[in-house]
Amino acid sequence: MPEPLLELRALDAYYQDFQALFGVSLDVGAGEVIAVIGANGAGKSTLLKSIAGAMRSRRDAIFFAGQPIGDWPAHAVVAQGIALVPEGRRLFPSLSVEENLLIGAQLRRHGPWNLARVYELFPALAERRRMPAPALSGGQQQMAAIGRALMSNPKLLLCDEISLGLAPIVVRDLYARLPSIVAEGSSVIVVEQDIVQALKAAKRVCCLQEGRVALTGLSTTLTRAAISAAYFGT
Amino acid sequence: MQWLNVIIQGVLVGGLYAMFAAGLALIFGVMRLVNIAHGDLIVLAAYIALLATESLGINPLAALVIVAPVMAAIGYALQRGLLNRTLGDDLLPPLLVTFGLSIIIQNGLLELFTADSRRLAAGDIEVASFPLIEGVSIGVLPLLQFAAAVAVIGGLQVLFYRTALGRAFRATSDDPAVAQLMGLDNRHVFALAMAMSLAVVGVAGVLLAIRTNFDPAIGPARLIFGFEAVIIGGLGSMWGTFAGGIILGVAQAIGAHINPGWQVLAGHLAFLVILAVRPEGLFPKVQG
Repeated sequence: MPEPLLELRALDAYYQDFQALFGVSLDVGAGEVIAVIGANGAGKSTLLKSIAGAMRSRRDAIFFAGQPIGDWPAHAVVAQGIALVPEGRRLFPSLSVEENLLIGAQLRRHGPWNLARVYELFPALAERRRMPAPALSGGQQQMAAIGRALMSNPKLLLCDEISLGLAPIVVRDLYARLPSIVAEGSSVIVVEQDIVQALKAAKRVCCLQEGRVALTGLSTTLTRAAISAAYFGT
Repeated sequence: MQWLNVIIQGVLVGGLYAMFAAGLALIFGVMRLVNIAHGDLIVLAAYIALLATESLGINPLAALVIVAPVMAAIGYALQRGLLNRTLGDDLLPPLLVTFGLSIIIQNGLLELFTADSRRLAAGDIEVASFPLIEGVSIGVLPLLQFAAAVAVIGGLQVLFYRTALGRAFRATSDDPAVAQLMGLDNRHVFALAMAMSLAVVGVAGVLLAIRTNFDPAIGPARLIFGFEAVIIGGLGSMWGTFAGGIILGVAQAIGAHINPGWQVLAGHLAFLVILAVRPEGLFPKVQG
């Protein structure tokens, strides 16, 4: 079996005295899409923040392409090829749409993604490239946030609650673009509260419950009852 | 005609104030750091220029080529080594540390150079002037300083809004945490901003030292002028800061014309009036 792209080995995470993750272990292979689901406060965002380096961890808790990166700062992690689409989009408000995308390309990592390709994926952004980021609709802002992450040509894309605050039709539209992203060679971890959407998008699902992995498995073989038990705890 | 002359001279001096202010506005904009040592760093630049001219025998204006990069290097090192550690949610630690820095620079300069008033001699250019119209002459040096101010401010504006570095400055200013996720190392970005700020300080310090006498104690007053220009202009753009400097310069010139003792007072009054009427400044930052 080939070495996984990302390997979490008993990852813990803390907010001061509060422990948010307890020994989370998870593998993500190259080109794989994994959904991380769980209730509010289960530790989904914390998991992504830890992987992206926004929260420091134990050095050997996170391996990326065989390298221990647990204690690396965020700017070094993204240089290795992990990009985060943060929860709530977090575009830079004083920058235009195109400038937001260009910030993502700051590191000049080589790969399939550039301005032209991102505009091809999200034509709505091309028409609004000169507009300030806050002038976009919620869905367009999410496109810009995804585009900004893609501009760093990540090997692993982390998407935190893409559906947050968006109309179902917009969410479906966004998820419809996911296969084109994976086709370019990126692995993707999507964090979702919307289980139906998550199961559709990902081949494998990991359910967190109060900071622990409650269930992992193929999305096609997991039963509703098993997911529901892992989600809510019974 | 006399008043026209007063206003023109005020505008020319205002360019210098705008340069004091530009460095302050730049770092406050990027990292919310209020640099109390800004004025003393201007004086430090003046002394570095003095050393350069005396030891190398070069014209003070040529010394700019040395002073600006040296100040930029000092700025980068200062930010990486000291000021980055003071940044956080609390505005107070950088305020206190730069206040301490101000005292250290003043006393260090006093120890090294004594309290004697010094001056950079730029030669004939200091007194050269040309008549603009009947009764109004413009000094070549003040005009040169004004042109330098326009160039510096214009350069900063272009840097901020047209270059990758400026984009990085604005992104980091917007959201430092997400900027890190995009691969920007905040410590490095902040250090570059401080280097830029002190390069401008270097230019301002040399021009100040040619225009007027300086000694180790004049820094704080330059800081006040810079602050006032920033507040008058608002934080919307570098040109707002420029306008703030001009308004301060003109107010001081008018005050000085009425009574020589009122020069500084008139500047403060203009500042207070604008603070009372438009606390956000004349050209505030537009919130998106």
